[in-house]
Amino acid sequence: MTKKVLLGNEAIVKAALASGVSYVTGYPGCPAAEIGDEFGKIAERLSGYSGHTNIYAEYATNEKVALESAIGASLSGLRVLVNMKSFGINVCSDALLPLAYTGIKGGMIIVVADDPSCWSSAQSEQDSRGYAYLSHIPILEPADPQECYDFTKIGFEISEKFKTPVILRTVTRVAHQRAPVVFDDWKKTGVKGFFIKNPHQYSTMPPRTTEMHKEVLEKIKKIQAYAEKSSINKTLGEGKNKTGIITSGVSYLYVLEALENLKLNLPILKLGFFYPLPKNKITKFIKPLKSILVVEELNGYIEKEINALAKYINPKIKVFGKNLIPEVGELDTEKVSIAMAKIVGKKFTPFKVKNLNLAKRTPRLCDGCPYWYILPTIKRIAPEGTIFGGDIGCNMMGALPPHSMYDYMFCMGSSIGVAHGIKKASPQQKVILFIGDGTFFHSGIAGMINAVYNKSNPLMIVMDNRITAMTGHQPNPGMGRTLAGEATEELQIAEIAKACGVKNIKVLDPINIKELEETVKDFLEKDEVSVIVCKRMCALLARKIQKEKQQ
Amino acid sequence: MDKAFNLIINGIGGQGVITLLTLVDEAAFVDGYQVRSSELHGLSQRGGSVETHARFGKKVNSPLIENGKADLIISLEALEGLRGATKAGSQTTFLINDQVFAFQGSLTLEEIKERFFSIKNKSYFVPASTICEEKLQNDIGTGVFLFGYAVAKKLIPIKKKSVLQAIDNIVPEKYKDFNIKAFELGYAYN
Repeated sequence: MTKKVLLGNEAIVKAALASGVSYVTGYPGCPAAEIGDEFGKIAERLSGYSGHTNIYAEYATNEKVALESAIGASLSGLRVLVNMKSFGINVCSDALLPLAYTGIKGGMIIVVADDPSCWSSAQSEQDSRGYAYLSHIPILEPADPQECYDFTKIGFEISEKFKTPVILRTVTRVAHQRAPVVFDDWKKTGVKGFFIKNPHQYSTMPPRTTEMHKEVLEKIKKIQAYAEKSSINKTLGEGKNKTGIITSGVSYLYVLEALENLKLNLPILKLGFFYPLPKNKITKFIKPLKSILVVEELNGYIEKEINALAKYINPKIKVFGKNLIPEVGELDTEKVSIAMAKIVGKKFTPFKVKNLNLAKRTPRLCDGCPYWYILPTIKRIAPEGTIFGGDIGCNMMGALPPHSMYDYMFCMGSSIGVAHGIKKASPQQKVILFIGDGTFFHSGIAGMINAVYNKSNPLMIVMDNRITAMTGHQPNPGMGRTLAGEATEELQIAEIAKACGVKNIKVLDPINIKELEETVKDFLEKDEVSVIVCKRMCALLARKIQKEKQQ
Repeated sequence: MDKAFNLIINGIGGQGVITLLTLVDEAAFVDGYQVRSSELHGLSQRGGSVETHARFGKKVNSPLIENGKADLIISLEALEGLRGATKAGSQTTFLINDQVFAFQGSLTLEEIKERFFSIKNKSYFVPASTICEEKLQNDIGTGVFLFGYAVAKKLIPIKKKSVLQAIDNIVPEKYKDFNIKAFELGYAYN
């Protein structure tokens, strides 16, 4: 056993290794990216996959493909870990729901990292816990790096015991929290993957599907019974007080701090399982109480469950939650203290933030970024009224000053699909969309095919900076290199566009502004889809390579 | 130390804020403290303001410092130091690298210092980047320089030998020497 200061994400890696994981896949996204990156480094050190004693790690083209490949590896008997940010679970949900029905063979942990307050996310302030209800897959919520470690290990046990995938749901303040963690060494299992056929279990074909639905509901009942006894759902504090706290995840840490601030000693029920909830444990906890405060970030899922239970067990009890705790933005000690003070009738004065009228320093493109050649040029020469579509990644900065260009922005790859819809609805308006190379491979291709097939004519600018940059320089299919550092096929975006039926294609270096200008002007007049691939390496990566060469 | 020590480290994405935070965490851990910290990556790091929190002591509950409760704010950029003042309590001390990375609407160093004068908190302006650039030919040592200064002036309850041990524990071999030099420069600065 070792004790070290670790990031929540690093603790997850340690736990997976100690649990004998041998197949890791996912898609890089903040705040989850360090998990896949770390496994990539380990796999690179071991120079690839030797079949059983080593570890195999990859970044898939997107989260859906990642989960599907994890399913294949798990059904072949390997322990697997899938890593993604919040929105990743939306992308892979199509495979997630049938997976709950078929179950797994080798233990499977799916790490989903939410980002309350949208520190490094654009599209929504998603609370991914809702997928528990949709999929009937257990969700565990750690509060800190030690729990990241413990819950991942327990998660693998639950996964194999009940033959179900387990979701480990973190948030930014857990994934990017550092604290000392006690961990075990890497357990090299030597398990060799082998797929044993079992179509009865692995093929969701009606009429088996409805049978499987019944089976998964029965399974969840069994897991609930397990959760009742699990030490990760724990009661703390004095039982005498008639006000109690129910909380989960990082909110628990704010609860502890707020109690200390207000010099209160209230009983706490800390839930490690978000789903299924230990209903008997909750019943026992709330029975003697007069009031409860449910402290959870974002949606009031637990509060709803407590309200439903309280109706039968203790109808007079007052349940406080989202009426006192904000539903928008991450929580902190102050927000929790305000709510607690109100309930127990104590005085609490929140800190008054001083207003110094300082200008906001917003994120911007790095110095030397190739996008500096692209965005201002196109903004300058595009005809009045041109609609600009943005996508996810470094190109998001096009929405911020000094560019302030984007007229719409949704999710990975969406710039193309939305552009097609606008062109169909309003053919006279010009639409130019911007998408990075990583995002194009993730989910841009389907939109491109649709625009060609259904005959619209947006102008697509693929900003190919030769890497997935925003999340910390992860490799993608356009680079000729895998996560573990192996050489592989280098996919050409222009060739893909050609194969998809795009007629007007130009590959250029955006530093040649004149050429970019002329091509944009020319392509804007076309009746079919046009693609300009602006190929120039991310400035940070170029500097890094230069530095390595010098050393 | 019954109450946790609350340290905010801020600056601009890419300046090495997180590297410094990691080193403080490790040094506090070597010193025998419980420690928790919180940081941000990705979009929030791209040249924008970055604020990280580290807390250490006998017991630490939350990784986030409440507004008004920081004991020390180390700023790798002066305007970000002033930004930290919006959430400073009367006990908060400031240790600021006296460099301004100008942007639209930013203030000059003199204006920032004036504002600090009116805030009345204890504040130290130190030419960390300038000295690192001059003596080490690289201002990436700025954070570690400030750490050295804070330890020498007892602005932070961490022992010098714990910091040196921490550098040995977590800094890659080829950068160890550079970090020790930057730390010693800060430690000796008066």
